[in-house]
Amino acid sequence: MRTDKLIDILSTNVEPVKPGLLEKTLAWAVVVGGTTAFCLMLATVGARREILNGSELGFFALKIGWTLSLILIGYLLLTKLIRPVQTGRKLVAVISFSFLAVAVAGAVALIGSADRRIIILGTQWVTCALCIPLFATVPFILLIWALRKGAPTNLKRTGAIAGLVAGALGAMAYAFHCPDDFLPFLAIWYGGLIALCAFIGAKFGPRLLRW
Amino acid sequence: MAAIRKVHRRGRFKCNQLRRIAELMDVRSIEPELRSLMVAGLEGDAAAHKMLLEKLSVQLRGYFKAQLGRYGRDPVEAEDLVQEVLIAVHTRRHTYDRSQLLTPWVYAIARYKFSDYLRRSKISRTDVPIEDAEALTAYNDSAQVESNLDLDKLLAGISPKTRQAIQYVKLEGLSVSEAAARSGMSESAVKVAVHRGLKALATMITKKEPR
Repeated sequence: MRTDKLIDILSTNVEPVKPGLLEKTLAWAVVVGGTTAFCLMLATVGARREILNGSELGFFALKIGWTLSLILIGYLLLTKLIRPVQTGRKLVAVISFSFLAVAVAGAVALIGSADRRIIILGTQWVTCALCIPLFATVPFILLIWALRKGAPTNLKRTGAIAGLVAGALGAMAYAFHCPDDFLPFLAIWYGGLIALCAFIGAKFGPRLLRW
Repeated sequence: MAAIRKVHRRGRFKCNQLRRIAELMDVRSIEPELRSLMVAGLEGDAAAHKMLLEKLSVQLRGYFKAQLGRYGRDPVEAEDLVQEVLIAVHTRRHTYDRSQLLTPWVYAIARYKFSDYLRRSKISRTDVPIEDAEALTAYNDSAQVESNLDLDKLLAGISPKTRQAIQYVKLEGLSVSEAAARSGMSESAVKVAVHRGLKALATMITKKEPR
C-alpha cells in the first residue's frame, strides 16, 4: 500500500480527542485495584481489632502514610511514563530516597533494640509475605491494562513502577490487618515485598506493555 | 602538509556546525506549524490531521532510511516503518500532551518503533542511540514506494464487522452515525470496530515476512 493511501484512511473521519483520558483511566485502575485489595484483605485475614477500635493508630498511620505516599508518587510517575518522551527521573529519585529513609530508620531501630528477633520477624511475617503479593495481583493487572491504553516507551521502568504501585496498594491493604508495629519489620517486609513487586513488574513489563 | 590538513579539518568542522545550526533553525520553524496541525487534528479537524501526517511521513521516511543504512539494512523497509509510525501517531494521539512540544513526541514513537523493528529482525545491536529529537526534522524524503502492507489482504483477514466499519468510515468516508445506521451497529460499536481495524493494520505490518 502507498503511504498516501494510508494517510487518506487515517485522516477520514477524524474523531476529536478529549484530554485527560489517560489520567482518568490510571486513577480508576488505582482506586478499583485498591478497593479490591482491601476487600480481599477483609475476606481473608480480616482487619485488626485495635484499628477497628481506634486504639494504637500511631504506627498504623505510619504504615498507611508511607504506602500511600508511594502510591501517589507512583501514580504521578505513571501519568508521565504512559506517554512517549517523558521519563520522570526526579520522581524515581524521590521514591528511591523514601525507600532509603525507611531502611535507615529500620536499621537505627534495630541497633537500639535488645530483642531483635521479634522486631524483624514480628508475629506474622509469613502471612505478610503471602498477603502483600496476593493483594497486589489485581491492582497490577488493572494498571497494566490501563497502561496498554497509552504509549509507554520505557517498558522496563513503566512495568517496575506499575509493580511498585500495585505492591504499595497490597501493602496498604495488609496494613489494616498487620499486628506487627516495628520499624525494622516495616522496612524489611513491606519495603522488601514492594520492591519485589517492582522487580516482577520490570521483568514482565517489556512483554506485557509492548505495542 | 600537516598544517594544511589541520586547517582543512577545522574547515569541515565549521561546515558541520553551520549545517547543524541550519537544522536547528529548520526545527524551530517547523515545530510550531506541526504542533498547531496536531492540536487542530485532536479537535477533529481532518484536513489538518491529514496535512500533519503528510509532513511527518516525509520526515520519517528520511529518518528511517538513514537509520536503516546505519544498521546495514535495506532502506526499502523504511516505508513499512513510516506507515507503522503513522498508524501509531494516529491511534495513540491521545497520548500527546498539548502543553509539550510535538517533535520530541513523534521522535520518541519513531525511536521506539525502530528499536522494536531491530528486535523483531534479530539484530544484536538493539540499542538505538538517543539523538536529539531534532534529528527527526533534519531528514526529508518524499520518494514513496509501496509498503509491504496489502489492504485487500488485510480486509479479507479481519472479522466482517470490522471490515464493514473500516469500509464505511475509513474508505467510503461515511460519518460514524451514517455507518452505524447502514450496518445496524451502534455508534460506539462502529468506533470500536474502526479502532480494531487500524490496530490490525499495524500488527499486519509488524508480523509480515521479512523481505
